[in-house]
Amino acid sequence: MLLLQIDWSFLLEKSVLILVIVLVSFGVAAYATWGERKVAAIMQDRLGPNRAGFMGLLQPLADGGKLFFKEEIIPEGSTRTIFILGPFLFMVTALMTSAVIPWGPDIHTAAGNVISLQVADINIGILFVFGVVSVGVYGIMLGGWASNNKFSLLSSIRSASQSISYELAMGLSLIALLMMSGSLSMREIAQQQHGFWDGHWLTWNVFKQPLGFFIFMVCAFAELNRAPFDLPECESELNMGYHQEYSSMKLGLYLFAEYINMFISSAVMVTLFWGSYNFPGMDWVAAHTNAIVFALICVIVLMAKITAFILFFMFIRWTLPRFRYDQLMNLGWKGLIPLALFNMVITGAAILWLFNK
Amino acid sequence: MDIQQILFIVLSAIAIGCALGVVFSRNPINSVLFLILTFFAISGHYILLNAQFLAVVNIIVYAGAIMVLFLFVIMLMNLNSDTEPQKNWLVQLAGAISGGILFLVLLSALVSATKTLPVMEQGSNDLGLIKNLGKTLFRDYVLPFEISSVLFLSAMIGAIVIGKKEDKFEDVH
Repeated sequence: MLLLQIDWSFLLEKSVLILVIVLVSFGVAAYATWGERKVAAIMQDRLGPNRAGFMGLLQPLADGGKLFFKEEIIPEGSTRTIFILGPFLFMVTALMTSAVIPWGPDIHTAAGNVISLQVADINIGILFVFGVVSVGVYGIMLGGWASNNKFSLLSSIRSASQSISYELAMGLSLIALLMMSGSLSMREIAQQQHGFWDGHWLTWNVFKQPLGFFIFMVCAFAELNRAPFDLPECESELNMGYHQEYSSMKLGLYLFAEYINMFISSAVMVTLFWGSYNFPGMDWVAAHTNAIVFALICVIVLMAKITAFILFFMFIRWTLPRFRYDQLMNLGWKGLIPLALFNMVITGAAILWLFNK
Repeated sequence: MDIQQILFIVLSAIAIGCALGVVFSRNPINSVLFLILTFFAISGHYILLNAQFLAVVNIIVYAGAIMVLFLFVIMLMNLNSDTEPQKNWLVQLAGAISGGILFLVLLSALVSATKTLPVMEQGSNDLGLIKNLGKTLFRDYVLPFEISSVLFLSAMIGAIVIGKKEDKFEDVH
């Protein structure tokens, strides 16, 4: 049947890639929960989970199993469809950003085929990330509202206003980066950071845009609702926050999606600022190994950087106290946005007068 | 029938169905959710027309920011279908007549437009890519672009002035 002309091998390749990325995201998120508890334990001089398996390594499985077998409760006064929709929406938006992240360099096989380790190389990759992030807030908002609980509602409103406020500074901090890269495609930005030293200056964007990276990172913390910006889950004021009324696997999806968000946003930060899959001396490695081994090394390097970021997220969580709500808004609107604008002006001036592009 | 046509039909069906859902649902929250879905379908149409930048900005600005604020207001006011005020039949009649007239105007505009407008070429041009759009905006239309940004700024300042509390004003005296 020639009704639709679809390149089936292309479709198969991308499907496999998507499946692998989703499974890896789940795996990383599961072990991030274990890692978080271990990090917390170390920082508080405790042992942490150590009963299930060696060093408690089976703990995520035990937690998942527990959540699966819990009773599903949908509150009487809730709006049923939206209540169910909330966690799914949150999970889907958490996973969607992974589509534009280049997970490794292209593999040129001996047969002449090129296998790309990126699901979709769209020329507006960064804007796609922003689009998904801005839609991601619906999962929390709808879940919180549909629970018909005042704590949940307050929490979801806090979360939404926080996201909207910090999205602005996040976008502005990236404009300076985009002025230098001249491209919105994640893949091109990754390729521009090739190696480590280009003869004049370090190639990774963080060394060209340190202030931009700092602003972006603070905003990422706020977007993720992570400490020190975890006001939507502030126990002392709001009990559990927006997932107060959720139980069983719906609660599991909310908790889990948070860790997936952390993984993906670490990947975005690494791709944009910390050199993506590039590492010092990669040309030498590429010349001395075959394409598949080289790509594998690149993926491992990327994963190592992402892991470092996730650990950093955890250290921050167990070190800094939570912001107050007015402090949060002041920091976003009066601190980060002017700083990002200033960074933009400086970058523009530098490009115009110093590099004269 | 190629894949673009199928996509066009599916997207149009979603857009029209969701737009009808906005009008007919009794619960304002459902209306807002249908409106968000409508924006997504329209973004899909933009992508079919190769206007990727427009599609993503439509999602970021409308679906991501403006509709969140809509949802905010409706959630805080706790509007429900039973709290909806009952309008009398005169208002309903007036609404139906004015809406019908608007529909006629749009319909006539649409009918005349199909005769005069050239058929949009699909898939081959890169008119909507961000590079070309930026060049057009900042070269050919730079003055209207900047003026509209000043307009937005003045609207923002106006909102802040209106929203500001009066008590600080008294301290000055």
